This record gives sequence, structure tokens and C-alpha cells, in this order.
Amino acid sequence: MSQLIWNGLFVGSFYALVALGYTMVYGIIKLLNFAHGDLYMLGAFTGFAMLGAMGGLVRSSSLVALLVVLVLTMVTTGLGGLVIERVAYRPLRGMPRLSLLITAVGASFALEYGTRIAAGPNPRVYPVRLDGAAVDVLGARVTMQQLVLMAVSAALMVALAVFIGRTQQGRAMRAIALDPKACLLMGINVDAIIARTFFIGSAMAGAAGVMAGGYYGKIDFLMGFIIGLKAFTAAVIGGIGNVPGTMLGALVLGLLESFGTHWVGGEWRDVFAFGFLILFLTVRPTGLLGERVTERV
Amino acid sequence: MLEVSDLRLAFGGVRAVDGLTFQVGANEIVSVIGPNGAGKTSAFNCVTGFYRPTGGRITLNGTDITGRRPSLIAARGLSRTFQNLRVFGDLSVLDNVRAGTHLWLRQRVFDVLLHTPRYRRSEQEATDEAHKWLDFVGLRGDRAGLVRNLPYGEQRRVEIARALARRPSLLLLDEPAAGLNHSEKAELLGLIQRIRDLGIAIALIEHDMGLVMEVSDRIVVLDYGKEIADGTPAEVRDNPAVIEAYLGREAGPEETEEVRGARTD
Amino acid sequence: MTAVPDRAKRPGPTIVTRLMENRHLGWAALAVGLVAPFVIATPYAMNIMTSAVIFVMLAVGLNIVVGYCGLLDLGFAAFFAVGAYTSGLLATRLSWPLLATVPAVIIATALAGVIIGGPTLRLRSDYLAIVTLGFGEIVRIIANNLEVTGGPSGIYGIPGLFGAEAADPVVFYYAALVIVAVAVLLAARLGRSRLGRAWRFVREDEDAAEAMGVHTYRIKMAAYIAGAIWGGLAGVLFAAQLSAISPASFTFLQSALVLMAVVLGGMGSTPGVVIGAVVISLLPEILRDLADYRFFVFGVLLIVMMIVRPQGLWPHRSRETARTAARSGES
Repeated sequence: MSQLIWNGLFVGSFYALVALGYTMVYGIIKLLNFAHGDLYMLGAFTGFAMLGAMGGLVRSSSLVALLVVLVLTMVTTGLGGLVIERVAYRPLRGMPRLSLLITAVGASFALEYGTRIAAGPNPRVYPVRLDGAAVDVLGARVTMQQLVLMAVSAALMVALAVFIGRTQQGRAMRAIALDPKACLLMGINVDAIIARTFFIGSAMAGAAGVMAGGYYGKIDFLMGFIIGLKAFTAAVIGGIGNVPGTMLGALVLGLLESFGTHWVGGEWRDVFAFGFLILFLTVRPTGLLGERVTERV
Repeated sequence: MLEVSDLRLAFGGVRAVDGLTFQVGANEIVSVIGPNGAGKTSAFNCVTGFYRPTGGRITLNGTDITGRRPSLIAARGLSRTFQNLRVFGDLSVLDNVRAGTHLWLRQRVFDVLLHTPRYRRSEQEATDEAHKWLDFVGLRGDRAGLVRNLPYGEQRRVEIARALARRPSLLLLDEPAAGLNHSEKAELLGLIQRIRDLGIAIALIEHDMGLVMEVSDRIVVLDYGKEIADGTPAEVRDNPAVIEAYLGREAGPEETEEVRGARTD
Repeated sequence: MTAVPDRAKRPGPTIVTRLMENRHLGWAALAVGLVAPFVIATPYAMNIMTSAVIFVMLAVGLNIVVGYCGLLDLGFAAFFAVGAYTSGLLATRLSWPLLATVPAVIIATALAGVIIGGPTLRLRSDYLAIVTLGFGEIVRIIANNLEVTGGPSGIYGIPGLFGAEAADPVVFYYAALVIVAVAVLLAARLGRSRLGRAWRFVREDEDAAEAMGVHTYRIKMAAYIAGAIWGGLAGVLFAAQLSAISPASFTFLQSALVLMAVVLGGMGSTPGVVIGAVVISLLPEILRDLADYRFFVFGVLLIVMMIVRPQGLWPHRSRETARTAARSGES
């Protein structure tokens, strides 16, 4: 029981890191960034390449090396997000939603198969594998690495929450989400803020990618597809566009999957998760913490 | 025909419409006027089903339509235009007006798939109807071309033609004169009167007082979501409450502007 | 903010555009299809050509949903799968002739359309996109996990269109060509009806459509069901062609390829979509050496198309003819 809860929370914290980028971008420009899951994949591969380049240095202190790589990867995927926004999304701002969605699908494809060209179609094995001593917490088997990864996720999320809630930049983001035109008139550099949002969201996804690589050990160019869907599910459960809601939604999804897998079998895990997505969209499309929005004519 | 009683609509804490009651009788032109943000368009959107009112009752030709979806209200004989022009820009002028025929044009899938003579007749009927109303509103310009290529004033006419092709018993016009020049406004005046001559009742939101005074049988005045007057143009013109709403109260102009700015619709 | 580019600036009709509006074009395309086996009839070529024809049917089905009605469906392969599996199961387990499964396939796919569309068509269009993506995965995973569908290895020994033994590939090609040609014609006719117009109104402006009495939910559902049926029938052809189906044929990649065909050709344009589908299905055969770059190029192409030419290579044009454009009094 407590093992199931722990597993759920652990997976949920991965989902949360990815879902946050989804929800931030959606909150600010109402775009479902399909390529977001692929930035997670890009993060995993970037980390892989960096660890490979560092070679022997890594083995001695894998956790420290992984943290350094984590930061560098976040910068890289953040820049990747910036490029996508600049090249694919910005020229289409103000165009019909359908065009933007199709562009996003295109961006996702380009990232996936671009990576395939660069890194090959076969799965790669991470040079650093995190496994270590397990401790027993309330009947659940918890490894040190899991604790570290969860702590890193939590730290990133807290930092994000503070950034959005307390800083000038964060306020500008929230303002753009409400009314981009008014922001433009108020002298806020809307383009720059949107770009920054992409950077932060992509960096979070990249962090999740490296951590997943280090934890699960195996990465491939399609690994972002399912997690992108899961992240969206998490965002919807919590209330898309709502940052604390998304974190909550990700943990809820992690728990649902953990228990669902236990009851109905692992092969049905994804069906279970998407079933919940559809259920939530039908019953409560605004999510657990989302506000009811009246669309005005 | 249209009876609105004690209509209420709130957005969060803001009462956009606060106990509005008015009627539009058969073959009558009723204008709804009031300062910006008085709740006119909100009230229209409740009547046409785009907003779900938080209270009150709306009946159309004796049927309760409160909170029904817009298409079902349209099916009851109501048609409308929009404040900020909602034509189908990427469709042809004719197709735009054919949208009005959707509710009464009958086509069976069988006829459509086989292109039977019955299908051809119904398509011809829709096209004829579209031409008829485009003639009626006096559209100038290419009818096979896309609406977005027409000048603004002509697009307004297309929108009205589309609403008329619905063959409504009641037509709601939301600021039809906005953005029109002087001669276009004069033509609009004539057009509204000709629509009434067809036996269609009209409810009108309009800021152009000249037009309103000229064309209306009755005028309903709103301010802050509340009805402050209801009467003939002459009665409304001399009503002190109306004059006060339009010329300002004791409060300084800045304050009023600020309050109203916050609930502009 | 970037200014919205003015798409109204169009040059006058050129020879190309006049050719594109020619009414006999469909017959010309059919003629090309009919003649093709006389040019090359190796089993390999027939196989590719048959696949292309089936792909056209898929694209035309998706075009109803995406092109006419403006609903982005990213799980279209789900309907393809439902059609193929329904037909394959009935034909192998219950020994029905394949043609007899068609009514059952229509019912099953329409039902699938209702099940998927029911909860999602009330939502915003972008939610629909991702939910259909999820549904596409669900259908595939279910087929993969259930015993009755044969698990990952799928169903074998599906009979041909006209009987137990696999028909001659050329015969099957002609059968598929005629069926798909009829399907393309019927889809185009739906698009030019009261219902088809309503789809376009919904795509252009849902609120304005509602105000004109278009029950947008039902109309979207109709588009969804129509698209599902077309996709399902393509699935029957697919099962008949390969005589074996497995979940691996119905991945997101398949859905994305169909979408690519629709976008490339021109959303809402029947000739555009047909050509887009032919191009997408034949291109890999022509560019064998670039196989690794294929999907990467598709992705980039999607972005470039949306930015540079969102209306597609062969855009939809309004069908007003000189006769309809003339005022009633003059005609």
C-alpha cells in the first residue's frame, strides 16, 4: 500500500516537471505545445551526450556529475524551446488555432525524427545508472536516488512557483495570460515574456528527461510521446494553465496509475490514464483547481 | 412576441444585467440604449442563448427559451447580428447568406449522395433565397467572391442578409450602424423600416441617437444593468433619469469612467 | 505581435488555377488510375498502388473532419483499426464473407465515432486534438492486449474481397480503385450540401453558426461519424489487401501521415487531398535513399506549410459557378 503510494508520488513528480511546461505555455498563449514531450526526450539525449563526453570523470561521483549535467541540459533544452517558439509558433500567432496545432505536431515530428537521425533508431543506455541502497520508510522501499530526484523536482517546482508568484517577470507572465493586447499597450515586451516562458518550461522538461535517463537507464527517440500525453493529462486533471493545480494533477495521476496498474495489470496502464483524461474532460473540464471561464462572445 | 422578465446575469461579482424586464411586440421596433457597459449586449446574449442568465425568464412566441442553446432559440424564429461583425470571412458571399437557410432547407442524405433532382431543386432554392436577400439589403459587389474581400459596410449588409434568410419572426440587431458613414446610416434606416414592413419585429441596440429616435416605436434605457426608462422616443427624450445617465451624475467624470471601463463589454 | 498576413492578395486566375477548377478533373484522375496497371503491373507495383488508393480513402475521410469541419483528429488510425478489426474478426472467427462485414463495420465505426466524439466534441478544439490522440493509443493498446484480437501478432487469414482465395492483385486494385473513387465522390457531395455548408460554418465561426440555428454539437458529431465510416471502410480494404492485420499498422505515425496528406494537399479541397494522399504514399518509394529523413522532412514540411501556404498545394475554392453567381432575376 505505502509502496504503491510512494511509487505514485515518485512517477507523479516526473509528470509534474513535464506538465508544468505544458501548462505554462498553455496558460500564456493558449497553445497545446505537442512538441513539449519531445523536449523531455531531447533533455535525455542531451544529458546522454554530455555524460558521454565527460567520460571517465563521471564514474567516481555519479550524482554530482549528474547534477552538473542536469543544469547544462536545462539550458540546452531551454534554448531548444526558444528556437521552436521563434521558428514555428511566433510566425503563426494570431492565426487560426488549427494551424498552430498542426505546426505543433510538425515540430514534434521534426524533433523526434531529427533525434533519430542524430542518435540512431535504437535505444541508448545511460552511462550513469542510479541505483543504490534502499531504506524502508513506512513499509515502502525507497532508494536514496529516488529521494534525491524527488528533492530536485521539488526544488525546481518551488523555484518556479516563487518566480511566477513573486517576481516582476512572473507577474508579467500572468498578465499576458489574462490579456496579451493590454500588456502590449502597457509596454510589456510580450514576445520576450512568451519566449522566456518557453525557455523555463522546456528547461523543466529537459531536467525531467535527464533524471528519467539516469533513473530508468534506457532512452529512445520516441520516449517523449507518451509522457507528453501523460503530462497533458496531469495538467487537465489539475486545471490546465494553473501551476499549483498542475503539480497536484501530476501527483494525482501518478497515484492513479500506481494503483491502477496494481489492480488491472501493467499493460493497461496507459489505457487507464487516458480513460481518466477523458473522464475528467467530460465531468470537470476545468480540472481540480481550474476556474470556470465564461467564454465571451 | 419576446418577453423578458426580471433578467439577471452576473460575472463573478459584477451584475451585468440586474432585473431587466421588457417586451417586443409583433411588428414592433424596440431599441435598447444606454451608456457603454450598461449591459445591453449582455442582455442580448442572454436572450439569444450565448450567455446563460443567472435569473429571470425569457419567452419567445409563448415558449420558454431561458438558458436554451443558441441554435434552439434560433429554431424558434429568432435571428441576430453581432456587435463586432461575425461573417464567415473565408466563405463566399452567397454561402454566408445560405447559412440563414440552414434551419428551413430540407435535404436528405440520400438525395445529396445521388444528386437527385430534389437535391438540385433545394440547392437552387437556397441560392435563390440568398440572392433575394442580398438584393433586399442592396449589396453591391461580387457575390461569388469571399466576404473578407468586401468593404466593411458591405460585410454588414451580408450579415443582415444572412439573418434575414433565416426568415425570422424577430430580428436582433446589435449596433448595426457602428462603423458606417453618414450615407450608409441613412440607407440602414431605410433598410430597418423595410424589414419591419415584412412583418418582422426588431430589437435594436444602437448608439446613434438620430437613428434610434427616428426608427423606434419604443425605447428601453439601461444603466448599470438596470432598466431606467421604457417608453416612446418622445417620452424617453424628456425623462430626467435618462438625461442624468447620459450627461453624468454628481460624481466626477474620472470615477465614472473607471467604474465603467472595468465592465465594458 | 505579428501582423496577420493578408491572404486576400491573390493574383488573378492563371492557366493553373483554371485547370484546377476544371470539372472533368476527377474523371481524368480516375482514368490515370485505370490506365496505371497497363504501364506497370509487377506484384510490387500493384501492392504500392493499392496501398495508395486505400490511403486516398483515409485522407478523404479525415478531410471531412479536419478540412470541412475544422476539428483536429490526431487519432484517425483508430477508426481505420476499428474497421479493419471488425471486418477481420467477423471474417475469420465467424467465417463471414468480407463484403458481408461492411454493414457491421459501418455500425461499429459510427459507434466508435459516437463514443469518442460524445464526450470530447463539447470541448475546445485543442482538447479534442489531444483526446483523439489518446483514443488512438487506447484502441491500439486494447487490440494489442486482448486475446480475441490476437494480441500483438494480430489476425491472419482474412479472405479477399470476393472470396476465400486471395484475388489477383490487379483485380483487387481495380475493385479498390472503383470503391475509393465512389467514396471520394460521395464525400465531395456531402461537402457541397446543407450539411457540408454547416460544417464549414462551424469551422469558420462556431458562434455565428449557432446563431443561424446550426446545432454545432450535432453537426460536429455528424462530421466525426462520417469521417469514422470512411476510415473504417478503408480499414476493410486494408484487411482484404494484406489478409493479416496487427496493432503495429495503427500507430500515431499512421494518423500523422494521413493528416500530413490532408494538410499538404489542402484542407477541405477534394482534389488537393487526393493528390496529397497519393504523394505521401508514393514519395517514400521514390525517395528510397532518404528513408531515414522521411519523417523529419514531414515534420519540417508541416511547419513550413502552415507558415507559408496554410491553404495547401491545391486549395479549396468556393464552388460558385456563373449560374449560381447570377442574380435570381437573370437566371
